[in-house]
Amino acid sequence: MRPSGFATIVIAAALTAGLEPVSKPSVVSGFSPTVAVGESKNAVPAHPDDKTVTHVLNRIGFGPGPGDVEAVRRTGLAKYIEQQLQPERIDDAAMTARLAGFETLNKSANELAEAYFIPAQMERRRAQQQAAKDPSMSADAADKGDKRAMRTPEQVEAMRGERQVLTELMQQKVLRAAYSERQLDEVMVDFWFNHFNVFVGKGQTRLYLSGYEREAIRPNVFGKFRELLGATAKSPAMLFYLDNWQSSAPEGSATAAPDRTENRMRMRPGQFGRPGRVPPAGRPRPAGAPEQAAQKRKPRGVNENYARELMELHTLGVDGGYTQKDVQEIARAFTGWTIANPRQGGGFRFEPRMHDDGEKLVLGHRIKAGGGQKDGEQVLDILAAHPSTARFIATKLARRFVADDPPAALVDRAAARFRETGGDIREVVRTIVTSAEFFAPAAYRAKVKTPFEFVASAVRATSAEVRTSAASPPRERSEPAKRRARERVGESEDQIDAQLLVQTLRTLGMPLYGCQPPTGYADRADAWVNTGALLNRMNFAVSLTGGRMRGVQTSPAGNLEAARDTFVDQVLAGDLSAATRSTVAKATETPQVVALLVGSPEFQRR
Amino acid sequence: MISRRIFLKNGGLALVSLGFAPAFLARTVAAADARRRVLITIFQRGAVDGLNMIVPFGERDYYAARPSLAIGRPGAAPDSAIDLDGFFGLHPRLAPLKPFYDARQLAIVHACGSTDATRSHFDAQDYMETATPGVKSTQDGWLNRYLHAREHQAATPFRAVALAQQLPRALQGTAPALAIGQISQFGIRAGQGSDMVQSSFESEYAAAAESVLHSTGREAFDAVKMLKTANPQQYATANGAEYPRSAFGEALRQIAQLVKADVGLEVAFAESGNWDHHANEGSATGLLATRLDDLARGIAALARDLGDRMQDVVVLTMSEFGRAVVENGSRGTDHGHGNAMMILGGGVRGGKVYGRWPGLAPEQRYEGRDLAVTTDFRSVFAEVVRGHLGLTDASAVFPGFRNQATLGFL
Repeated sequence: MRPSGFATIVIAAALTAGLEPVSKPSVVSGFSPTVAVGESKNAVPAHPDDKTVTHVLNRIGFGPGPGDVEAVRRTGLAKYIEQQLQPERIDDAAMTARLAGFETLNKSANELAEAYFIPAQMERRRAQQQAAKDPSMSADAADKGDKRAMRTPEQVEAMRGERQVLTELMQQKVLRAAYSERQLDEVMVDFWFNHFNVFVGKGQTRLYLSGYEREAIRPNVFGKFRELLGATAKSPAMLFYLDNWQSSAPEGSATAAPDRTENRMRMRPGQFGRPGRVPPAGRPRPAGAPEQAAQKRKPRGVNENYARELMELHTLGVDGGYTQKDVQEIARAFTGWTIANPRQGGGFRFEPRMHDDGEKLVLGHRIKAGGGQKDGEQVLDILAAHPSTARFIATKLARRFVADDPPAALVDRAAARFRETGGDIREVVRTIVTSAEFFAPAAYRAKVKTPFEFVASAVRATSAEVRTSAASPPRERSEPAKRRARERVGESEDQIDAQLLVQTLRTLGMPLYGCQPPTGYADRADAWVNTGALLNRMNFAVSLTGGRMRGVQTSPAGNLEAARDTFVDQVLAGDLSAATRSTVAKATETPQVVALLVGSPEFQRR
Repeated sequence: MISRRIFLKNGGLALVSLGFAPAFLARTVAAADARRRVLITIFQRGAVDGLNMIVPFGERDYYAARPSLAIGRPGAAPDSAIDLDGFFGLHPRLAPLKPFYDARQLAIVHACGSTDATRSHFDAQDYMETATPGVKSTQDGWLNRYLHAREHQAATPFRAVALAQQLPRALQGTAPALAIGQISQFGIRAGQGSDMVQSSFESEYAAAAESVLHSTGREAFDAVKMLKTANPQQYATANGAEYPRSAFGEALRQIAQLVKADVGLEVAFAESGNWDHHANEGSATGLLATRLDDLARGIAALARDLGDRMQDVVVLTMSEFGRAVVENGSRGTDHGHGNAMMILGGGVRGGKVYGRWPGLAPEQRYEGRDLAVTTDFRSVFAEVVRGHLGLTDASAVFPGFRNQATLGFL
């Protein structure tokens, strides 16, 4: 529902911008890579102008930097798009080298738990105990293991280690978006992580985040949807985030194995004391004990959380045609899909004693009794093959690449492609990014950048260099180093270079890995355009270009005029309003010139 | 849904020469004369467990359904429900609100909710914020429609403010509304050159061809200038009020400052997140209790801080749906239906739990599992809009809503 006035302006702007009309047959001729089945025609222009190339760089990547448009032109636009669709063939050694100092990125959840999270947990408990004895601490601060309660060098060091895992993860996301040659791959990782969102703030999820992105999302972003779906379904991050790891057959129902019934707590009417079995705050459990304790306390019963979001958000969509009964049946099918030793970072485990082994009826399909772990796999098969899923995924991808309200004909073709290829994501994306609708005037600058897209594109546009020279310090620290660490309490990490970019995203309302609801972040302009956010974008532009972001260096090429012309011509394809042009012309210092361009209305769109 | 900005309320304002004090400064003076009613809305996102927030301790079935989660009957233990009327009680962590209930300033509506059956957070929040249950095509939020229905010359850029990084759906629409994360951070910060940089950005956005960025930019700069003059941060917390040191407490503290600064605030919005307790919800202590503690201490501090001004203020809490009557297998609760809302203010007929109680026996439940809804949440909204904000005809704010019967809390 776009007001006609707005649409007219966009179309007019795009027409003057010289985008080729979609109906022109010559657009299609002269280029014939893998032509999609069905009526999907490849509409990549053979002789694109700067605006068209910029459009592609803004959509299948995080926007152009100086020289990028020219480089794509040399490669050929169609070939560039095809390369981006095959990221495994693109050399990205420079990116790998840039991340070499991040020592936690490739560690398993179990390694992270043992080396970072468990020590931090122990120190936090110790601090709580100390704080409980210290009358100067507020109860509130003590409860939270507030950092003011963390005083000894060991505590400081443990907390630093724990933070390191998350800051490295957050920074690598910004750095990859800004510097990876595999731009579309990064767009897809961002898209699918957000689609299968998990939240850093929910308990043990943070322990599994790196592995989730590295092993469940990244290898599958261009694969079959069913593989990706299965990888997320079995990932401890998702099992934890949507509570399925605790979901078990209700009491009295037949499970795949007999269950111990010890320590079951039953309340009878009249026994209304303090029924909660939450352990008193501040009492530490002995090391190694929490797992057994958790097992013993584990109650019985189904948890519907994953089953519902699996259909609503991961596959069918909220209008995809399912009922509350389907939610319940699917929840039963996934009982027993749990995590082995969640506190130690263990992996997926199917627990027959928790599994409801009865028959299930899911979306009209009968799942026979006694299927065990296969029940869940069957549900995923049913959902991945459902036409509503094809449509839902096609719509979301088209929204990401084309417009907030993507053209219906394009969604139809992309959904058809999904179905005829058995959910081949690469083929669906190819259909979208080579479509006439993708290159249509109406799509040009039709998207407002999300904060993440804005920050990454600003780094690229200004050729900002994030310092990576100082690698993370070694884990083993000398006594003097520990002393220095103690003196630094409360400061942010000094080795961390993209940290201020990560913080900027929090200010802009899009903290990385920090979207609490399972919906993920919105991909629509109305979610991101508001007064406060707009001012914050301008302030980021000022800080970035003014050299006020520690660890990030912008060195605009040459003098003021050169910096301005580079940005205007090579980033904005010369397409900016007279007002922006004249305002920028009045600025007398290079950083201000670039700030006024990064914060301009034109640069907020892609 | 992009249409929110095409309607340019202050049409000519941006065209007036940019460096001058804009017209709203004069309007603020006018606004200060009339006593302005203020509505402060609080959204508990994630679906609070209303049955443990406002506890029906008089129900046997409540205790049967929640062996590990139920809040004990008043007096049964030190940390049991706080009796309100012999049947309902407050969760013990809501104790800071009890004095307001006793002073008849706090009213509660129970078994309240949507006419739509959805148990999707996203859809239910959307329906509650647009106040059109079951209708997904609604473009604007109910608070924005109120602003629109009640346009007046005295409107300032601070008429509707969400203390949040993003503008909530309830405030999206054609009438201007602000989203501010931190008042102290609101503005262009470019050191020595701030004024110059600010006016440059202002020119760029004033000329932006399309309406979304154009009008958002204009609203932003109008607000920045007004804020600089009014300086709400000069108002210290009064009457010994102590806000919790949380994002929610911080948002309420800033709303109080805006009220005191007389910047023309009429509708404020604060977010209170993290209510989706599928696992380990806790009872008198635990996850839910911690969140309720933050909520109650925040609201109590706000009311204390505003003091006499509460005569003109109503605080309204809402959450997208309630949670299932029976606890699940993870000592939590799954998505349900009916819920409870709170209304606090000097003009509220409080000290009472409103609404018809449907009971919690299995056959009394909605779809056999949830608290049934006996009061449409729009009845509560509409009563606030009419009774507090003084809009005589609320039909434009609640399209398609026929049942305009009042509960009588205002």
